[in-house]
Amino acid sequence: MCLAVPGRVLDIGEKDGTRMATVDFGGVQKEVCLEYLPDLQVGEYAIVHVGFALQRLDEESARQTLELFEQLGMLQEEFGDPWEQAAAQAGADSPWPFADEPAVAAPQEEVQP
Amino acid sequence: MKYIDEFQDPALARRLLDDIHATVTRPWALMEVCGGQTHTIIRHGIDQLLPDQVELIHGPGCPVCVTPLEVIDKALEIASRPDVIFCSFGDMLRVPGTGRDLFQVRSEGGDVRVVYSPLDALRIAQENPQRQVVFFGIGFETTAPPNAMTVYQAKKLGIRNFSLLVSHVRVPPAIEAIMQSPSCRVQGFLAAGHVCSVMGMGEYPELAARHRVPIVVTGFEPLDILEGVRRAVRQLERGEHTVDNAYARAVRPEGNPAALAMLEDVFEVTDRAWRGIGVIPDSGWRLSPRYRDFDAEHRFSVTGINTVEPAECRSGEVLQGLLKPHECEAFGTLCTPRSPLGATMVSSEGACAAYYLYRRLDLGTVPAAPTTAPEASPVV
Repeated sequence: MCLAVPGRVLDIGEKDGTRMATVDFGGVQKEVCLEYLPDLQVGEYAIVHVGFALQRLDEESARQTLELFEQLGMLQEEFGDPWEQAAAQAGADSPWPFADEPAVAAPQEEVQP
Repeated sequence: MKYIDEFQDPALARRLLDDIHATVTRPWALMEVCGGQTHTIIRHGIDQLLPDQVELIHGPGCPVCVTPLEVIDKALEIASRPDVIFCSFGDMLRVPGTGRDLFQVRSEGGDVRVVYSPLDALRIAQENPQRQVVFFGIGFETTAPPNAMTVYQAKKLGIRNFSLLVSHVRVPPAIEAIMQSPSCRVQGFLAAGHVCSVMGMGEYPELAARHRVPIVVTGFEPLDILEGVRRAVRQLERGEHTVDNAYARAVRPEGNPAALAMLEDVFEVTDRAWRGIGVIPDSGWRLSPRYRDFDAEHRFSVTGINTVEPAECRSGEVLQGLLKPHECEAFGTLCTPRSPLGATMVSSEGACAAYYLYRRLDLGTVPAAPTTAPEASPVV
């Protein structure tokens, strides 16, 4: 829950009057709210938690953390399919796959090891 | 030191460990507050690399674990309603309520959706004006600002079919409660780095001085944990008790002022019950009167909830640092990630799950590591 992943700002725009950015996390891209770091610029890194940039991070620290998270499979845990993971945890008798998948999560990109 | 080669910088890890070994002269007990840190510690065997005199006690900093059973049951009740789309972070799916979890509600036809960000839930509300969209707002000070911003946006945009089921908790009152316990053995704290990224460090000097404990703001990577321990042990050996920042790359003393201002606007401090622990004064947030219309508990009169905790589950003692997970009789037998008795065996930050997934102890009660892929729940 308190995991926050460093990401790099690719572009910045506005949505419903809110400053938003596309942020790259080692290959996975997400829409991220910049309201708490309003002066963050394209190319900079920030620590992102549940879709919100919370604090700036220097590039070297960010790269090292992303590398480690990727090695540990934590990016997959963070951005993978939560239903699949919950089903795996529940075991073989789980009701997965559901007939009608929630159309919530954006298509997940594989995090290449 | 079989784990040392797995560190990102084994040479630096070795230097930090050598320093700790050279510094320590007597037993010390440190508590890492955050469950994310607990997982790092167990996953990398950090507790086994440290000198025997340095004990790490696992703290209650797992928001999934401390969300009260009554709140989980309310979530299950609301999520079961046909007019509701219930949105949650992924790691709440398998937290057991009284007899079932959100995963089961979904399989029984409830419209439960997992979101990456609370703003996703707001978007779902905009796209489904005829349905009530409820977001499960749990978490510590790191997660509260995103949820606060979402409620602020809902009000600003006039999205009336959105509400928040709130169960936010705060770290400093929990540290206070731990220190006031008669059975407390904690002599120093590793404070949760990302909480401090938001809140800054202003709440800690008074706690450190009054209880005479060093508090070291610490990150989540193995080297961060070692550095946090090293600094805490140095202070203890010198008889010092100050607040130190070992995670300066992500924590500024003032925190994030914009996030703090939003918290001040949207939430107000309240007493909060912690699962397995009980009520801790001033330890949580609820929506302030200006935003009370967006409170799911007010919007949905959930009645007739009769909560029943499994008698065998000792997660309350685990969360208070009074019991190590493998010391519970149910650990690995009655209680596994596949069939959890309590939230500490489910969450990606729960101490019991960490021990089950990563611990390689020669103890009869500890099962061999699962041969299948790790059953880690999604981290959000």
